[in-house]
Amino acid sequence: MIPFDYRLAASIDDATRAASAADTHYVAGGTNLIDLMKLDVETPSHLVDINALDRETASLAQVTELPGGGLRLGALARMSDVAWNARVRELFPVVSQSLLLAASGQLRNMASMGGNILQRTRCPYFRDTATPCNKREPGSGCSALHGFNRTHAVLGTSEHCIATHPSDFAVALVALDAIVHVRSASGGERTIPIGEFHLLPGAHPEHETSLRHGELITAIDIPALSFGNRSLYLKVRDRASYAFALASAAVALDLNDGRIRAARVALGGVGTKPWRSREAERALVGKTAAPAAFQAAADAALREAVVHRYNTFKVKLAKRTLVRALTQVMA
Amino acid sequence: MSNTRAKSAPSVGAPMNRVDGRLKVTGGARYTAEMPVANVAHAVMITSTIARGRVATMDVAAARSAPGVIAVLTPENAPKLPNGAKPALDPPAGRVLSLLQDDLVHYNGQPIGLVVADTLEHATAAAALVRTTYTKQRPELDMATAPTAPTTGSGKPAGKEPVATTRGDFDAGLAAADVRAEYAYTTPFEQHNPMELHATIAQWEGDHLTMYESSQGIFPARKVVAKTFGVPPENVRVVCHFVGGGFGCKGSVWSHAMLAVMAAREVGRPVKVVLTRRQMFGPVGGRPRTVQHITLGAKKDGTLTAIRHVSTSATSELEEWMEPSAVATRMLYAAPNAVTDHHLVRINMGTPTFMRAPGEASGTFAIESAMDEMAYALHMDPIAFRLKNYAEKDAQTGKRFSSKSLRECYSAGAEKFGWPRRTMEPRSMRDGDALIGWGMATATYPTRRSPASASARILPDGRAWVRSGSQDLGTGTYTVMTQVAADALGISPERVRFELGDTEMPETPVSGGSQTAASVGSAVNAAALAARGKVVQLAIEDTQSPLYGASADDVRVENGMLRLASNPTKAESYGAVIARNGGQPIDAEATEKPGAEAEELSMHAFGAVFTEVRVDHDLGTIRVPRVIAVYGVGNVLNAKTARSQLMGGLVYGIGMALMEETHIDPNLGRYVNASLEEYHVPVNADVPSIDVSTVPETDTRVNPLGVKGIGEIGNTGITAALANAVFHATGKRVRDLPITLDKVL
Repeated sequence: MIPFDYRLAASIDDATRAASAADTHYVAGGTNLIDLMKLDVETPSHLVDINALDRETASLAQVTELPGGGLRLGALARMSDVAWNARVRELFPVVSQSLLLAASGQLRNMASMGGNILQRTRCPYFRDTATPCNKREPGSGCSALHGFNRTHAVLGTSEHCIATHPSDFAVALVALDAIVHVRSASGGERTIPIGEFHLLPGAHPEHETSLRHGELITAIDIPALSFGNRSLYLKVRDRASYAFALASAAVALDLNDGRIRAARVALGGVGTKPWRSREAERALVGKTAAPAAFQAAADAALREAVVHRYNTFKVKLAKRTLVRALTQVMA
Repeated sequence: MSNTRAKSAPSVGAPMNRVDGRLKVTGGARYTAEMPVANVAHAVMITSTIARGRVATMDVAAARSAPGVIAVLTPENAPKLPNGAKPALDPPAGRVLSLLQDDLVHYNGQPIGLVVADTLEHATAAAALVRTTYTKQRPELDMATAPTAPTTGSGKPAGKEPVATTRGDFDAGLAAADVRAEYAYTTPFEQHNPMELHATIAQWEGDHLTMYESSQGIFPARKVVAKTFGVPPENVRVVCHFVGGGFGCKGSVWSHAMLAVMAAREVGRPVKVVLTRRQMFGPVGGRPRTVQHITLGAKKDGTLTAIRHVSTSATSELEEWMEPSAVATRMLYAAPNAVTDHHLVRINMGTPTFMRAPGEASGTFAIESAMDEMAYALHMDPIAFRLKNYAEKDAQTGKRFSSKSLRECYSAGAEKFGWPRRTMEPRSMRDGDALIGWGMATATYPTRRSPASASARILPDGRAWVRSGSQDLGTGTYTVMTQVAADALGISPERVRFELGDTEMPETPVSGGSQTAASVGSAVNAAALAARGKVVQLAIEDTQSPLYGASADDVRVENGMLRLASNPTKAESYGAVIARNGGQPIDAEATEKPGAEAEELSMHAFGAVFTEVRVDHDLGTIRVPRVIAVYGVGNVLNAKTARSQLMGGLVYGIGMALMEETHIDPNLGRYVNASLEEYHVPVNADVPSIDVSTVPETDTRVNPLGVKGIGEIGNTGITAALANAVFHATGKRVRDLPITLDKVL
């Protein structure tokens, strides 16, 4: 860890002004950033602590109803608060489940909504400054391509990076077409659809999101979805708890008399970004909700998969995870 | 849990709470890194980022001028040690360490420098400023192509076990078999990962050194540190009051500790080093990867005619440390023809070392998996097959067992588990999406002890103060020694103060090989009996005493009262005797040594482990709903701490079976998952209902207390029991640990 200075922001304006300076990072729960600073992977000179902003703007840390029927998750709301929120559990069980299956109780009590979708990959090479990594040090090479890549992505990869996006919650969000609200130092606000929030690695894996420097996430909206209550998050991992997904699926189904009227499918643990699979959704819509359709959807979702030496199993696992999720959400 | 409490022993055997429990849960127990040492400087190790080659240049200018920095030690400026780069004692007593005596790099993560500063933060920040360049060589990382290393060096199996054995005629035995099974089993690199990181605080006063060291062996540490720095052992004091887990990695003094001692002398003030979690991967040992070939031959009726177990393990460029995986196989089953052997290959990794049941944990995975495979090949129940080949005597040496209750363990375990209800066919027990599997295996660990000393003092108020160097790894040494002393003295444990963890106290061996209860317990018992004997002697020679003139043999001591067995009305307290005889504390010391028993007998603990797994037939996830294990481990000193220790071993085994593996980058030799987040050990949700029990076992020969070590047997057998259960559930035989879901998909 290298020396840095620290400032507790008093207001959103104060925070965004301070963070517009070069080499500055926001810190909320700190459950990812501080780890990475200890590893010298993140080396900001200035930290702007936004944990007290809800004193000025209470909704920043709350879950509130949207006029059209959806929910607004304040950027500073903690994972555990959102996970146990009655309206979240009622309208979007997939969100609650994705949060509760992530991290540990202690981490969920600290980690924020905004921080969650900004968390960095767990690729061990990204987290070890002694190894080449294009994401951490552009142009240095990718150690994972020919290294130990069991946990790495099979969808959305490039020859420069195969790191998996680690968030479970973001997988649920992409399935639900969430909208990210951000504020800039000039006071300007804009919204970013979650599907455009995370970027594919391509030739520039160091660019992970469409956030501009200094922009502050203020809220994540989950728009109304009539069948959001028939949704589910399934996570498969190497131990029963406290491990990142080897494969996960966020699904929601709109059923009419046994036929699928609409479907939402997203995958985790296998993509370089939270992976919405419209291919799987297309394979489901109009079909009878039965194993054949689920299998076809799984095949469609993984059709473009690119595997490496140690992660070939992920294709089969992701397909089976999706089939199981679709089967369970029917129950 | 049942126990075998002796009639006149009110404390030993009882499930007494830990005497240090309150201190631990309130934070009052001081671990090494927490010892208050005035003016202590903080050191941070710099480690290599290549796996093989030389350090070409180290630019330390920025680090040296960084805030708070006191010194930067590198191969260029580090003081030369009397023994240079050679170990001070022959390995494994002394390890081949990285003490900046040369510029060679043997593995990725090897210590190559040390930054000393006024605070940990300053030292950490400065260490990040050091720029190192290397002359690289291509590292050897693949066991399949790595060069062999001799098995005659440091890695010889423990005790007097040879590297290779032969009995009978293996080829003839195999030729006579109706059924043959030949398989290769592999176990991965693993790290011990105790919760407490390795830590050292070194403080010189002139040529006297005090070393606070997180250690499993303070006396062996004293010896090797003294030799390394060219001072007499009596000038070195090693202190370690609490250890937050050892599992073998704290059985040696590693580079960081020696570097702290070196730095403290260089900067003229105390120096503290605490490893980072990443630094626990490489510089402090681990379990090496093993590749084990097993061949079994059996008659149709299940009689084994031939056993061959040949194991190859990986070692480092620095030492020839060998994982003795095939040793347990020698005595385990009564086959007339058997061959065992060990080979070594050398790769660019940190030197491996003892890791909880070194040899037995990896070896029983292989042999007990193979026994299951053969049972299936013979269409025999796995327990019936083992009973058919039950070794009534040590199968290799022909010596009698000092005691062996394995038959009772099989039978008690099978009954508790409901084994007779098992259907033998794989995939024959299902529950919805889950395939249910039941598996069992034999657990075994040798019973050892070493010379140990203790002192006991009976105070004028009848309380006692008992001391013995030793260490408590978190296992309960403080507690069980308090109980042993209390019974020997005939007082309640509340009146005993037991101290350990300081080389100023009587000498004891390393806490390894599950020998502390047997070794230190025997000494504590003897010292306490000697002190009691002295007071008894005073009483029977004291005309004022109601016991005057009695025979010492007639005197019993209970609740601090000396009383004649022949006339219980004649009694008086320790305090009364001492008050009349000068009022001074009564001291005694004793040393206990192993006798001829190890020559005459084969001494082992045994157990039977039964597991149930639920395997998701689509997703491959493996859950362990229950484990039932029954052990014959001699006398149990404390039913509660014993249960905890055996249960801990089983959890350790669940980790080894299903998740633990140190991943090495195949190109860089870098330890890839060097964190507790990515190096998976079981979390609470992975730990099932574990039912641990012991069968009554009286062993009068192993040691005066009749105890067999229980620190390591818990993680033997369990891995095979789980692998066998996974086979029963899925029909898939996984011979390569850990059994992660991708291997059963």
